[in-house]
Amino acid sequence: MLGALADRITNRIFPPRGREMGPVVLVHRRVFILPTGQGVLFALFLALMLAGSMNYNLSLGYVLTFLLATMAIVSILHTFRNLVHLRVFPGKPAAVFEGENAGFPVHLESHDAVPRLSIGVRPKAGGEPVYADVPPRGVGQVILRVPAPRRGWLRPGLLRVTTRFPLGLFYAWSNVELDTRCLVYPKPDASRLPLPMLEPRSGTGSEFGAGEEDFAGMRPYRPGDSPRHIAWKAVAQERGLLTKQFSGQAEAELWLDWNLAAGLDTEARLSRLTRWVLDAHRADATYGLRIPGTVVAPDRGEAHREHCLQILALYGLDPQGEGHDRR
Amino acid sequence: MTGAEALSPAAMAVSRRTGASAPSPDSSNVAWLIASLVLVAAPHAQRLPLWITLLGAVLMAWRLYISARGRPLPGRWILLPLTFAGIAGIYFSFGSIFGRNPGVAMLLMLIALKLLEMRSLRDAMLVVFLSYFLVITNFLYSQEVPTALYMMGVVFVITLSLLRFNCMAGVPPLAARLRLATVLLAQSIPLMLVLFLLFPRLPGPLWALPRDALGGVTGLSDTMSPGSLSALSLSDEVAFRVNFSDSVPPPPSRMYWRGPVMEEFDGQTWRVGEGRFQGRPQDLEFSGSPVRYQVTLEPHYRPWILALEMPSNRPRRTGMRSDYSLLAFTPVRTRMRYEMVSYYQYRAGLKEPAMHRTRNLALPTGFNPRARELAETWRVQAPDPDGVVQRALSYFRAEPFAYTLQPPLLGRHGVDDFLFKTRSGFCEHYASAFTFLMRAAGIPARVVTGYQGGEFNMVGDYLIVRQADAHAWSEVWLRDRGWVRIDPTAAVAPERVQSGIAEALPASDPLPYTVRGSLAWLVELRLQLDTLAFRWDQWVLGYGPERQYEFLSRAGMTAPDWRSMAVGLLTGTGVLLLVFALWMLRRPGRGVPDPAQAAYLRFCQKLARAGVPRRAGEGPRDFAERATSLRPEIGPAVEGITDLYVALRYGRGAGPEQFRRLRELVSRFRA
Repeated sequence: MLGALADRITNRIFPPRGREMGPVVLVHRRVFILPTGQGVLFALFLALMLAGSMNYNLSLGYVLTFLLATMAIVSILHTFRNLVHLRVFPGKPAAVFEGENAGFPVHLESHDAVPRLSIGVRPKAGGEPVYADVPPRGVGQVILRVPAPRRGWLRPGLLRVTTRFPLGLFYAWSNVELDTRCLVYPKPDASRLPLPMLEPRSGTGSEFGAGEEDFAGMRPYRPGDSPRHIAWKAVAQERGLLTKQFSGQAEAELWLDWNLAAGLDTEARLSRLTRWVLDAHRADATYGLRIPGTVVAPDRGEAHREHCLQILALYGLDPQGEGHDRR
Repeated sequence: MTGAEALSPAAMAVSRRTGASAPSPDSSNVAWLIASLVLVAAPHAQRLPLWITLLGAVLMAWRLYISARGRPLPGRWILLPLTFAGIAGIYFSFGSIFGRNPGVAMLLMLIALKLLEMRSLRDAMLVVFLSYFLVITNFLYSQEVPTALYMMGVVFVITLSLLRFNCMAGVPPLAARLRLATVLLAQSIPLMLVLFLLFPRLPGPLWALPRDALGGVTGLSDTMSPGSLSALSLSDEVAFRVNFSDSVPPPPSRMYWRGPVMEEFDGQTWRVGEGRFQGRPQDLEFSGSPVRYQVTLEPHYRPWILALEMPSNRPRRTGMRSDYSLLAFTPVRTRMRYEMVSYYQYRAGLKEPAMHRTRNLALPTGFNPRARELAETWRVQAPDPDGVVQRALSYFRAEPFAYTLQPPLLGRHGVDDFLFKTRSGFCEHYASAFTFLMRAAGIPARVVTGYQGGEFNMVGDYLIVRQADAHAWSEVWLRDRGWVRIDPTAAVAPERVQSGIAEALPASDPLPYTVRGSLAWLVELRLQLDTLAFRWDQWVLGYGPERQYEFLSRAGMTAPDWRSMAVGLLTGTGVLLLVFALWMLRRPGRGVPDPAQAAYLRFCQKLARAGVPRRAGEGPRDFAERATSLRPEIGPAVEGITDLYVALRYGRGAGPEQFRRLRELVSRFRA
């Protein structure tokens, strides 16, 4: 189609700018416009109508043909205006597991009084655009679904912001590479293996000293905590129910250890560990993670889970790295 | 895949404005499309066989049902036989599948069938384009002002449905779509005018017209038999209009508009003779003062060019025959304007060759013995041919002849029956009988057809000549005077010539309402409307090569040719587009932004980047509340900025230090 040729030409004249920080303003010179296939068909219809008007000497035929032709030409301005000066910036995508679709929020912001309708965003490589309307001086949002085939950082790659509005006869577009990335966790193992055995507290990985009476901190009270450990002083200070924690507490610890998944390759081990993290979190257990080069102290809670999953996702990858683009 | 799925590309769209899932627009889209199709096809319905209208209605209703209920579209095995059956039906109804009426029928049927195959946006847009195309087919039948207005409305509705199809993320409210369609069309109209005026016009058709392309036109014919002109008298269609360049128009009794001249008679029918083209008028002598006027002739698909007797010039691409009738080189297919100069006083054919005179004496043998006998008596009794003419006229005057549109039928000896039995007839009866008598008496004579009189439109200052003004008279050749016009009808019904047909006919005779004109206000209104129609015809419908040349020359373009027109066209459209572009792409308030709003927008941007974008239509207060609930830790900062912004923007009496403070707060803000 015309699009492919146009791409080649525009890439030659305007080489891709690479990843851009912050909101990207679609200024005049980066918005392109070409007729759509329907636009070309419409031109053929108009040629036919003009020939008919000449042949049958239909003055009103001329009027109609010229009216429609100029309407198509005027629609170029409308389509162009629909896209130009739009600001594009990424939202924060939620982490996903390998094999799922990452959802990249893309915000489209208009600073002027014109509503911009039917703005589509799609990966430049292909796929159906996702559309949103942008109200005057407002923000529209699309969530671009991008498959996440590998763990690590996923980037949506080069995006194409497009519109055919209002008549669908012309197609305006601008290519944008947003500085956004989505964390892809390893795919959790499908096995239903039980969690590993608990280890005695004085494991090698314990970073805390021994001794039940060593006060280590406080955490919110959970049902089942011994009343002996409740910080009554804090209750008196109206700080809520807190439980005193002591390092080396006589509580066995759950360690999710790289070595426990022996006999598997790296990715499979990461999958197994991911499964365990999820299971442990679901069981509301306190768990630690031990993989080559990193040890995460036992803890529980949402933040801990995310931390562990991120460690697993980026294992062996450059943590600040570029990840992989979807091209 | 069903149409229902394919036509809702917005299914995946997540828009802050429309919520998580846009409503599927397809069934309303289809309804809009069908509504515009109904509007554009409605004028055709009266001209097409009933079954085609019904078929179209059924197919459209079917499509509406399918889209409303989300049913699958019918398969090929239903549509294909239906298509062939439809084509066969059209063939049997019209006897052909080509030509104007069958072509329109075919187009309508195929569009209705295409509706049942419309699966994608691409198909839908094709149907939209076909609807635009259908508009133009209506102009084959009528280009009058009401049609033009109606079709303008139809184009608007089609554009609205095209617009609706291209709303991918939820459909904006009708008011917004109306506004957008209005803006689009309003911007195209000036551009269209530039193109209309400057696009080089070509004369004549590019390819042969189908025989029925513009059929059903009434007008003068090259034959005349009893009843042919009285049929025309029932038509109030305009034959031509005349502007008299100077002063007052001539009195009706002098306005004989010369048309085809009939020289051959077979006992029943008069036919145009074998007159040669002379090129320039020959053997004509004029005296008195000339009458200058301009004729706008409606297309009648015959070569006749009408002019006052006796024309002294010939318009371009026409010739004058030896019988002094003007003929265009090709049939008059388009409205034609020409300048004429005529003289009431003339001598024509003083040197008429003997051969011509003999031809105008010929009579078929074995017809009308009594008429021949009567003519013979006159010839014997009268001293000279002029005396014979006077005898004949006084005969018509003296005997009880009646002028009527509804004469009794005549037998084989038509002239005899008319002269001695029925004695009532229309102008063709009188002209025919008189000419017959003259020839029988040895005086060269022929029938001239054309129009007589007309109605003067005071509003528009021009004369309207209608088909109802069609008339026939005689011309006799006298030795010292050449061809002399004799109107026997005037002898019987002088009012016909002086005041028009309505006065001359008995009130019981059927005549078009417009020709009778009994109510004053109705006459006034009718003249107003005709003035409008005349201007429309002249300036819009009649804007052809000649008009264009005339208009552009008057507008100051010297010797307009296609090159200068192209330059004008590109300049005109270019300037207009530039104006539109500057107007549309201007950045309002770029130079003097509202400082409070600018700061606040920066603040919103910071929040949006932090994952809390402001929703469309969300007020600053609501937004602040939502942001605080999402991110409690920045609550105080958000509240502080929002309070200050609201105070500045909606409150009163803000000083510059407050603006500075807002800017400061925003730049210090971290989300």
